[in-house]
Amino acid sequence: MTATAVRATTTAAVATTAVSPSRPRPWTPYLFLAPFLLIFGTFVLVPAVSGLWMSLHNWDFFLPDRPFVGLQNYVDLFTPDALVAQQFWESMRATGLFVVLSVPLLMAIPLGLALLLNQRFRGRTFFRAVFFAPYVLGVSVVGLLWQYLLNGNTGLVNGYLAELGVTEAVPWLTATPWVWVSLVGVTVWWTMGFNSVVYLAGLQNVDEALYDAAKVDGANRWQQLVHVTIPQLRPVILFVLTMTVLASANMFGQSYLLTAGNPSNETRTAIMFIAEVGLEQFRMGLAAAMSYLLALLLIAVSALNFLFLRQKES
Amino acid sequence: MATTVVPTGSTTRPAATRQPAARRLRDEATGRGVVGTLLLYAMLLILSVLILAPLLWMLSTSFKTTGDATALPPEWIPPTPTVEGYTRLFADAQAPLLRWLGNSVLVGVLHTVLVLATASAAAYPLARMRFPGRRLIFALIIATLFVPGFVFLMPNYLIVDGLGWLDSVWALVVPGAASAFGVFFLVQFFQSLPAELEEAALIDGANRWQIFVRVVLPLSRAPLATLGLLSFLGSWNDFLWPLYVLFNPEQLTLPAGLATLRGAYATDFPAVMAGAAIASVPVLILFAFVQRYVIAGVARSGLKG
Repeated sequence: MTATAVRATTTAAVATTAVSPSRPRPWTPYLFLAPFLLIFGTFVLVPAVSGLWMSLHNWDFFLPDRPFVGLQNYVDLFTPDALVAQQFWESMRATGLFVVLSVPLLMAIPLGLALLLNQRFRGRTFFRAVFFAPYVLGVSVVGLLWQYLLNGNTGLVNGYLAELGVTEAVPWLTATPWVWVSLVGVTVWWTMGFNSVVYLAGLQNVDEALYDAAKVDGANRWQQLVHVTIPQLRPVILFVLTMTVLASANMFGQSYLLTAGNPSNETRTAIMFIAEVGLEQFRMGLAAAMSYLLALLLIAVSALNFLFLRQKES
Repeated sequence: MATTVVPTGSTTRPAATRQPAARRLRDEATGRGVVGTLLLYAMLLILSVLILAPLLWMLSTSFKTTGDATALPPEWIPPTPTVEGYTRLFADAQAPLLRWLGNSVLVGVLHTVLVLATASAAAYPLARMRFPGRRLIFALIIATLFVPGFVFLMPNYLIVDGLGWLDSVWALVVPGAASAFGVFFLVQFFQSLPAELEEAALIDGANRWQIFVRVVLPLSRAPLATLGLLSFLGSWNDFLWPLYVLFNPEQLTLPAGLATLRGAYATDFPAVMAGAAIASVPVLILFAFVQRYVIAGVARSGLKG
């Protein structure tokens, strides 16, 4: 940082004598950057470091003393008989399960929708908008709505199942495995339009000539999908995959609103637990340690995704 | 905050520029006859019903009596239509829905304006000027693209508390406004603009600020609209953060406010659905008008970003 500052002042001395059209006054770029860097520094760079600092302390919001404890918060999370470790890994399991269950569906169903929407037909824009619409509602509306629809006793879903002869009410929001069906299903309903739209943009970039060539070679539609569409879409698939894994790993609102983490904390996700420990119990040092652990894991997963798909490409 | 991007190296090509000859060939080859078209529409229709039915049920329930809301078999048309769900909700001082709606709009607009102003001003020198520290600053911004947002949750809570912003709109407007994605996205766009226009303006004696405001920004309406819509949508849907930094019922945004209805009106489904309807109908109407731009924005964020 000091080196750049020194260089900045030397260029300043040179540049004040002659301002060439391509070279701005030395302070101009920094003036442009200042408002962004002020917010970026305060709410991104400082927290990235101070969060780490907090995680090395017994940092409790209500305690006057916040002693340095080194890696103790992290050690606690890996001590099998500590309650917090059990709860943390239970919440990590919930998040992991949600990622594993939701990501394949959120990759495949939107691809199918995008292929459907990529055909030529009247009303394409209309249907595209309909499929995207749930996404603009936000998780709170989606949560309230489905909490009512999936209500065990009085919900519409069980109402229709009863009509069909399912006499026993399905406990959609209160018992496994139904809670997972509900959480994943609602998430698919809510966000599939978003992924479809990203895929669709990718599909429209695929060179038509490749399909023509494939047809000349006698490829049927399935072979065209496997040998032309999917390889051509690889960068878009990588993007959607990375984005979807991150979004699913960040799952909070669906569990909070639909199941409140029940039954017996089985659907309490990692983010939900971190928020509970940090912002309800105010054991913020511990919560910061959990955030860093989860973040490292997610960065590793994203990097693996990236490497894996890049490698297959070459 | 945790948006990840990959360069694809290709740009969006509108469908209209395709060769008509190629289109004919494709239609012949796919051979979608009357049956195929009917099948396509049947699938589209089934999917649309699955998507829209829950929303219609929400509207229908909001006009029902509490008894009718849970009646089986389900009634799609309220047997005894009433607006009692709405009046019960509006009579409740703990649930000032219109206030929440107003707060959400205010926060969304302020946040979006701040994102656009800071990101575009930061992206311009990064794209167009040479200066010491440029690479370092750009590298820091890119690096944060890969850091999930929840890492900042605990420290930012303390920072916002230290600034005295807890329970105020500023807690929602400012902290997320340093959009690394926005800067990255706009740097790429600014670099794609022809430099000749800016050079001509420089020769005419314009300074960098004038060039930025009068030449660069007017040429960047499309990416600014994209970034603006994505920022607004992000702010509008933000749930966890407002849930924890806002306390007073008067201060809540819609998502945080609606979450409180779940407990207070646990079995009063018409009132809850009235709340959900008030939160969603204005957005859906707005979306119907701007859907083209929202969808183009989402598509572009994936491809160009």
